[in-house]
Amino acid sequence: MRRLSVAEAVREAIAEEMRQNEKVFCIGEDIGIEGGFGGAFGVTQGLSEEFGHQRILDTPIAEAGIAGVAIGAAIMGMRPIADVQYGDFIFVAMDQLINNAAKLRYLSKGKIKVPLVMRIPVGVSGRGTQHAQSLESLLSHIPGLKIVCPSTPYDAKGLLKSAIRDDNPVMVFEHKLLYGATGRKEALDVSMDVPKEEYLIPIGRADVKREGKDITIVGLLKTVHTALTAAKRLKKEGIELEVIDPRTLVPLDEETILKSVKKTGRIIIIQEDNLFSGWGAEVISLVTEKIFDYLDAPPKRIGPPATPVPFAPVMEKYYVPDEEDLIKEVAKIMG
Amino acid sequence: MIDKTKISPNKFIETYTTMVRIRQFEDRVYLLFLEGEMPGTIHLYQGQEAVAAAVCANLRREDLITSTHRPHGHAIAKGVSLRSLMAELFAKKTGCCEAKGGSMHMGDMDVGMLPAIAIVGGGIPVATGLALASKMMHSGKVAVSFFGDGATSEGAFHEAVNMGAIWNLPVVYVCENNLYGASTHQSKVMKIKNVAERASSYGIPGKVVDGNDVFSVYEVAKEAISRARKGKGPTLLECKTYRRGGHSRSDACRYRGKEEEKVWLAKDPIPQARKKLVQLGVLTEKKAKEIEEKVKKEIKDAIEYARRSPSPEPEDTLVNVFVGGEN
Repeated sequence: MRRLSVAEAVREAIAEEMRQNEKVFCIGEDIGIEGGFGGAFGVTQGLSEEFGHQRILDTPIAEAGIAGVAIGAAIMGMRPIADVQYGDFIFVAMDQLINNAAKLRYLSKGKIKVPLVMRIPVGVSGRGTQHAQSLESLLSHIPGLKIVCPSTPYDAKGLLKSAIRDDNPVMVFEHKLLYGATGRKEALDVSMDVPKEEYLIPIGRADVKREGKDITIVGLLKTVHTALTAAKRLKKEGIELEVIDPRTLVPLDEETILKSVKKTGRIIIIQEDNLFSGWGAEVISLVTEKIFDYLDAPPKRIGPPATPVPFAPVMEKYYVPDEEDLIKEVAKIMG
Repeated sequence: MIDKTKISPNKFIETYTTMVRIRQFEDRVYLLFLEGEMPGTIHLYQGQEAVAAAVCANLRREDLITSTHRPHGHAIAKGVSLRSLMAELFAKKTGCCEAKGGSMHMGDMDVGMLPAIAIVGGGIPVATGLALASKMMHSGKVAVSFFGDGATSEGAFHEAVNMGAIWNLPVVYVCENNLYGASTHQSKVMKIKNVAERASSYGIPGKVVDGNDVFSVYEVAKEAISRARKGKGPTLLECKTYRRGGHSRSDACRYRGKEEEKVWLAKDPIPQARKKLVQLGVLTEKKAKEIEEKVKKEIKDAIEYARRSPSPEPEDTLVNVFVGGEN
């Protein structure tokens, strides 16, 4: 075992899969340039040295082109891992993802497979409105796309490997503050022991990140860590939070969530993605539709206000839900 | 001029027959729509037959094409069965998309046609990706993307053609310039006269060809496809042509001048081709009649097949969203 950051775990997953299967390749902006960045977050750093520029394929700044070309290659049996730097840039590629990746199988009598992985960095990280958005709810709205959101290095490696092997288009969301960047004070250090040997985490299985009897907290990406931090503090007051990380939104592991709420009778969602039509609303609908009688308190969502992401640190802090917000809600519900 | 030595007589006849097949299919489908027998909408291909027929005549079965919201001609030329096309239009389970697609999404991967992509320009990046895979896998396949003049104003066109060019991919970009993007004339949306001029900004060859002359299209398509297959990169072909009908079912074409229509409708690609083939001694009027009769029977058979085919079950809606299960 050795400690890896999320960026290192993602890189290792890519390299392992590329070594095992020559069909796997990376395509994106600034991913393999010598003396360059290894993608916007250093994830593909060094990979072109091992795999060459044919398989770590640098592109023009052309997100619709990247997505469309990756879809075409995937249809032919290649396994592209596409990268668009910041998730916010993926809006340029939406037609390709939504109208083609998600639908061509449906239109082809099931003859087409689109084994595409799209890596999409999301989340607020001090970079202002157009380099900050969370897009996981938005894309989870489209039938035909799988949605994966790893919150730890262990999950990032195991889930990405499964995503690469999946025959469907998989959108993999990575939070910018979880990569393990040094020199950004707002970044979280979530590095942890990650097995060197091969392992896979199946897409569609939630993880109970912390067991507790009092309230079920469901978080995703960075808010899983927010919930865990809050849980540590609340333990001192004798309140035990159960922290559930769905890890994938589509398909959603309903069973794990329902089981937890049956035990605790209470649920709070903490999400960085917008609340309106967001994934948390979906989870709460699930709970109220299926096990309403188990609830001892009204479900609650904590999330950002319905505004663009502001730049000023003081406003950004106000925008992003943190452990204080969560602890306040817990107090109200337990009160 | 037509060089008879470059095309075998069989190929001439086959390509001509494809044109006739497309024309009769479209004429018949138009009536069936007007009679209310088919649901949905249609974008018909009459007038542009020479492009699909001549380009696809140069492709192998395993080569791939992407198409548009106006895909019937491409589907017929690439070899999708008339029965499955007609059944799709009738929204029957035996349709080429099992009735999930309809007119705008025809295709069949078994003969190298992706389900048609009905978003303008949307197929161009995908075709480029098909070609990228062909290059990476050394499969020798060529991809052809068909699109209209309107699509060349899309960002997707620029992004994809540029990528095809920088990586020398085995792809041919075939622009069927029928002068109008829906109702908007080309002159309103671009300053250049020829779409093919756009090729120069990507450093690839751009060729303008009379899209109503099947022999000319055949020659340039052959060259472009062969160039692509040899690893020399893409070509942008601009085939100047004209829709004989409206943009879609309800379009009366009030935006087109009568004079312009008269000129273009007189340049019908099918009688032109027939005349030349007769002159060349490849075809006789009698043989041409036989072809028409044969195709008429094929269309009749396809309609009968579609009519007697079962409708999909409502629950078929749920099938083929994901590989390996439905959520």
